[in-house]
Amino acid sequence: MLTSGIILLAGSLLSPNPGLIFWTAITFVIVLLILKKIAWGPILNALEEREKGIQSSIDRAHQAKDESEAILRKNKELLAKADAESDRIIREGKEFAEKLRADIAEKSQAEAQKMIASAKDEIDQEKRRALAELRNEVADLAVRGAEKIIKSNLDADTQKRIVDTMIQDLSTNRN
Amino acid sequence: MKRVNVIQPKAILKVIAILVPLLLNVNGHAFAASGQSSDVPTNSAPAAVAPAVAVPAAEAPEGEEKAGDVIMHHILDNNVFAFEPFGSVTLPKIVVGGFDISITKHVVMLWLVSALLLTVFSVVGGQYKNLTPRNAPKGLANAMEALVEFIRFDVAKSNIGHGYEKHLPYLLTVFFFILFCNLLGLVPYGATATGNVNVTLTLSIFTFFVTQIAAFKAHGVKGYLQHLTAGTHWSLWIIMVPIEIIGQFTKPFALTIRLFANMTAGHIIILSLIFISFILKSYIVAVAVSVPFAIFIDLLELFVAFLQAFVFTMLSALFIGLATAHEGHDESAAGAAHH
Repeated sequence: MLTSGIILLAGSLLSPNPGLIFWTAITFVIVLLILKKIAWGPILNALEEREKGIQSSIDRAHQAKDESEAILRKNKELLAKADAESDRIIREGKEFAEKLRADIAEKSQAEAQKMIASAKDEIDQEKRRALAELRNEVADLAVRGAEKIIKSNLDADTQKRIVDTMIQDLSTNRN
Repeated sequence: MKRVNVIQPKAILKVIAILVPLLLNVNGHAFAASGQSSDVPTNSAPAAVAPAVAVPAAEAPEGEEKAGDVIMHHILDNNVFAFEPFGSVTLPKIVVGGFDISITKHVVMLWLVSALLLTVFSVVGGQYKNLTPRNAPKGLANAMEALVEFIRFDVAKSNIGHGYEKHLPYLLTVFFFILFCNLLGLVPYGATATGNVNVTLTLSIFTFFVTQIAAFKAHGVKGYLQHLTAGTHWSLWIIMVPIEIIGQFTKPFALTIRLFANMTAGHIIILSLIFISFILKSYIVAVAVSVPFAIFIDLLELFVAFLQAFVFTMLSALFIGLATAHEGHDESAAGAAHH
């Protein structure tokens, strides 16, 4: 108690000291100026730069996200379109192939029919020619055979009999 | 904070390790000696602060006065930089044009603080010059950046708002200046320059000028004078104008007294706690009361060192913000009216 009383009564605790005020002011101003130059400038600049850097990084990230989303959407659209396109192409190809197959089958059938018809014609023709040739041959052979038979069997009796039968035939036929 | 928690038990252990042998061996002798010496007034040597170096032969009737003197000697400014028990350095006395501008203990402390500040921040600033936004600061720069960023964002930006960048160098310097002064005051043989009313007054005057200049710049002379009327009817001006003018001066006055009183009070409490053991001449009191409580208050002072530096800076920023904010408010109101 007494101690604190003495401290308060001493009074010098609050006594002004111009010298100290002067030195404080000088020291503080010099420190302020030097620190402003050597420390606060670089530190605050660095902080600001970092803040800007972080902000721009965030902005860039957002932008990149938006861009990638747009690209993804576009890709999906393209994929869907490509899918549809490929479906269409496949369908068309199938249809075309079907048509082509039908066409080819039809054509080949017609061709075969035609070929069969022409082959028949040819066979007929050949047959006819062969028949004609056979007939000529047979006629020649018959004539030659008859010639030989006639040459060997031609005598008076036989001739006479033949003529007789002929005459008889003729006479029976007239009756 | 974590480090403080680690140190506290260690410090207590050390103190007990020093004091226990003394208690066991010297106590009886000491009481006997003090009993004898109460009859024979001797020993006018100044009592040492540390209880381990205590001279138990201090006479009873003058003990309290002595304690008060020693406390005042410790708190007040003087020409002698004492390194008890190693001796002392007498500082030069300079008088220029009738003004006493001699180098005192607190001036030396201010210079030490300045040297420390310049060293620390030239290192940190140098580190930042080589720093690109891509890599992070480390070590000292990182530690200081936390404080700088705190002042920049939570103190300056949130209190001043638009145009806070202009005042940042002042606020940062004031914060670190006061902080280092406070912390050096806790170092043995150190003195708390911020526990001197002249120093805090000077710092507050800087804040006062910064605030007034900011107000003039933000409002112009007409706006500044209008601000003094606080927007009341002209018939009230005779009351309002003096109140507003007084208000301008109360702010720095409050800053002055707050910082000075806080720093002084802490030191007086620590010294008083230590001197209880001298006044009562008891090692038991020293071990049970003085040392533990002094350590507790010392840790509290460590916190107060930061707190008061923050409060001073924060209030400076707030005053600057108050002085400049109205203009923006009026402008936005006017803008709203125009639209």
